[in-house]
Amino acid sequence: MRYLLIVNFEGGAIDTPMEEWKPEEITAHLDYYKALHAELVRSGELVDSQVLAGPNLAKIVSSDGRHAPVVTDGPFQEFKEWVAGYQIVDVESEARAIEIAARISAVPGPGGEATQQPIQLRQVMDQAPSDVAEMEQFLHQVGDKR
Amino acid sequence: MTPEVEDLLRELAPQVLGALTRRSRDFDASEDAVQEALLAASSRWPGDGIPAKPFGWLLQTAARRMIDQRRSEQSRRQRETLASLLEASPPEISDKDDTLIVLFMCCHPALTPASAIALTLRAVGGLTTTEIASAFLVSEATMAQRISRAKQRIKDSGMSFTMPAREDQSARLRTVLHVLYLIFNEGYASTSGRELHRVELSDEAIRLTRMLHGVLPDDSEVAGLLALMLLVDARRPARTGARGEVIPLAQQDRTRWNRACMAEGVALLNGAIGRGRVGEYQLQAAIAAVHDQATHSADTDWPQILGLYELLEQMTGNPVVTLNKAIATAMVHGPTEGLAVLETVDAQLADHHRLEAVRAHLLEMAGDRKAAVAHYLAAASRTTNLPTQRYLTMQAARLSHSLPDQSGTT
Repeated sequence: MRYLLIVNFEGGAIDTPMEEWKPEEITAHLDYYKALHAELVRSGELVDSQVLAGPNLAKIVSSDGRHAPVVTDGPFQEFKEWVAGYQIVDVESEARAIEIAARISAVPGPGGEATQQPIQLRQVMDQAPSDVAEMEQFLHQVGDKR
Repeated sequence: MTPEVEDLLRELAPQVLGALTRRSRDFDASEDAVQEALLAASSRWPGDGIPAKPFGWLLQTAARRMIDQRRSEQSRRQRETLASLLEASPPEISDKDDTLIVLFMCCHPALTPASAIALTLRAVGGLTTTEIASAFLVSEATMAQRISRAKQRIKDSGMSFTMPAREDQSARLRTVLHVLYLIFNEGYASTSGRELHRVELSDEAIRLTRMLHGVLPDDSEVAGLLALMLLVDARRPARTGARGEVIPLAQQDRTRWNRACMAEGVALLNGAIGRGRVGEYQLQAAIAAVHDQATHSADTDWPQILGLYELLEQMTGNPVVTLNKAIATAMVHGPTEGLAVLETVDAQLADHHRLEAVRAHLLEMAGDRKAAVAHYLAAASRTTNLPTQRYLTMQAARLSHSLPDQSGTT
């Protein structure tokens, strides 16, 4: 089962912006992520992990498919709701995905306290039926529609 | 694959490609065929041993692949035409010229830099699509598309596989040098990705520039670019800390610099300067050499660096050069003068994180810590390089903790 773990710019229990942390607190924070990342690579569960550039570099694009697209530049409202980064993990169970999300949320902030940042846990849709029975059913349904 | 086999294959790659393209008159198909021949060699040579005539082996294998490929898609007559082309002995031309023509082809001005880089790494560097994709952190399918679009573009441009006319050569060579420089930079301070050094790309850029210097030993800008790469790369061991964080020049442990690499760069530069026109790569190399020659950062000959940046600025008109000139100005005449230099490029570099980063640095030098924090943060929010962003955030954190009025908003 694959899950997308999204972290946005909500600070969780911490209000202090990172530039006001002590340098060694920032280092501890980054080391924690790095160790977790290495662990998920070793366990073979990490599919992808990316950190995104800030919303100030973001654009919103919409198009009716006929005219030139409408491209909106920032600054945008609700800074905190923007995605800051994500991980995709391939795990045995939802429980394991929750465990990983909890580890991300517990990343240390100022004073070594867990930031408790909220992590969005989203299951990634499967492309293929998971077993023979489901496949049969799928084929029947597809057959009906033709 | 053993290192000997790998080195040999990658050295021969552009020569075989040149020879095959001249015979077949089809760069695109030749390039694919040479890739297949390289793969075949890399799986067979380590076990069977290197053939007596490795160049001939590769050329023949590639030619055979090409004919096989045609067999499936073309008429017998066309295949025979190709076979006779491949068998005919083409006009004598040196391997050096072939390497150069392949480079000119891959760095054609009609290509975007990203395409030229990818194609150069594959056709001249002999790297596989998989290796190039992983160096640029994109999927193999994406990279394969990029390379095939680049080849299509070359085909569409109707370019023939010959040496550019003499009057065009220097402009075309500039494009080649620029592409090699971009490959080096991509490895050195990558524009994307998690690791600041993508070491293999820097090494590859140096190898290719060395190859080009072997072909054109008397060109002073080629020598200048090679010198620049070596002088900058010499600092690589000291440039990142244990956690992958960036260590700025002034704080690097200079005993970790690679002296042999530096000496080679200086020797190349000394050989190049005064042998024809002084170009921008020689000037940049000269600046790197002045930095490298200071045993301690406090011993740096800043007046000389400032003079060199002034020359470079006049020559290129590049606002990023002005940023560096601003730092040198601050070191020679003080931060206020440096900040004044920055104002001259405000409009041109409005959204560039480096402008903000330099401004923050100079404001810190001037003792205005609060403004420095704000500009470090502005820079951090604008860079797309993660280690650089962390470095800048860390600078802001360090400074806000030394601020007397730091109130702690928690």
